[in-house]
Amino acid sequence: MLEALTLILVCQLVGEIAVLLTGLPLPGPVLGMLLLLAWLLVRGGVPEAVGRAADTLLAHLSLLFVPAGVGVLVHWERVRDQWAAIAAALVLGTLVTLAVTALTMVAALRLTEPRGSRHE
Amino acid sequence: MNDRPLTAIWVYLAASPLLWLTLTLLCYLLAVGLYRRAGENPLLNPVAIAIVLLIGLLVATGTPYPTYFDGAQFVHFLLGPATVSLAIPLYRQRERLRALALPIAAALLAGVLTAALSGIGFAALLGASKATLISLAPKSVTAPVAMGISEKLGGLPSLTAVLVVSTGIVGAVFGTGLFRLLRIQDDAIKGFAMGTSSHGIGTARAFQVSPVMGAFSGLAMALSALVTALLLPPLLHWIGLVA
Repeated sequence: MLEALTLILVCQLVGEIAVLLTGLPLPGPVLGMLLLLAWLLVRGGVPEAVGRAADTLLAHLSLLFVPAGVGVLVHWERVRDQWAAIAAALVLGTLVTLAVTALTMVAALRLTEPRGSRHE
Repeated sequence: MNDRPLTAIWVYLAASPLLWLTLTLLCYLLAVGLYRRAGENPLLNPVAIAIVLLIGLLVATGTPYPTYFDGAQFVHFLLGPATVSLAIPLYRQRERLRALALPIAAALLAGVLTAALSGIGFAALLGASKATLISLAPKSVTAPVAMGISEKLGGLPSLTAVLVVSTGIVGAVFGTGLFRLLRIQDDAIKGFAMGTSSHGIGTARAFQVSPVMGAFSGLAMALSALVTALLLPPLLHWIGLVA
C-alpha cells in the first residue's frame, strides 16, 4: 500500500516538475496520470497494490470535492450578483453537453459499426 | 461558570485542523447515509448535502473559510493523487478504448467543445463578467485540472472549483433522466457523456448505475481533462476571451 501510494505521488511530483520546467499547458496531475499510464503499458499490467490504492482513492472521489464546494462562501457576492448567468451556464450548459456528447457517440457508433453487427 | 470550559475547548479546537477535517468526513458520511436511506434518489446528491451542512456549521459558528480549509485541505489534497489514479481505469479499459477509438474521439471532441462554449455562451448572454466567464470555461473537468487551467488563463481558481462541483452535481442529478428522455440505453455511451460533462461527481453517480457506465465515465473524465487542458487555451484565445 505504501509503495503504491508513493508511486502515485512520485508520478504527480514528476508531472508537476516537468510542467514547471517546460511550461506545458497541462496541469501536473494530468501529466502524472499519463506517466503512470505509460508505466503500466510498458510493464504490461497493474500491480495488485497499485490497483487497490487507486480504487480506494477513486471510490471516495466525490468526498474530495467537498472542501472546494464549501468555497462558495468566499465567492458569495459574485455568485449572488451574477446568479442568473451562472445558473444558466451550469444547468443548461451541462444538459446540452450531456446530450451532445451522447448523441455524437450514438451517431459515430452507427457510422463505424457495419450494419447488423451490433451486439447489445 | 459552566460556560468557561466549553469556551476553552472551542478555542483549542478552532485552532487545530482536526475539528474541520473530522466535521468534513462526518458531514459527508451523514449525507451518504441520507442518500442511501432515500433509495439513492439523485436529487439528494451527497456532495451537495455535505456542502450545505458544512456551510451551515461555518456560518453558525462564524468560522471563516480559510480556517475551515486548514483542516479540509487534507481531503482536498487527495484530488491530485486521485487524478493520477485515473490511469488505472484507463489502462483496464484499453481494449475497449482501442475498439471504440473513433466514436470515442468524436464524442470527446464534441463534448469538450460543447462544454466550454455552451457554458461561456449562456453566461455571456446573461451578462457575466470576464473573470466569471474564464472561470466557467473549464467547469466540466475534474477540479485539480480545472483549477490549474483557470489559474493559467486568468480566471479565479477557487470560483472554478465551486463551479466544477456544481456542474458535477447538476450532471449527477439530471443525467440519468435526460438519457431516458433521449432513449439512450447503452451504458458505455451514458457513462462517456457523464464523465465528459460531469467529471468525478458524475462518475461516482455512474458507478451506482453499473460498472460499465462507471468505467466509461472514468475514462471520459481522464480523456476530457487531458483534451480540455490542451484545447481550452487556444479556444479562449480564438474567441477573444484571453490575450
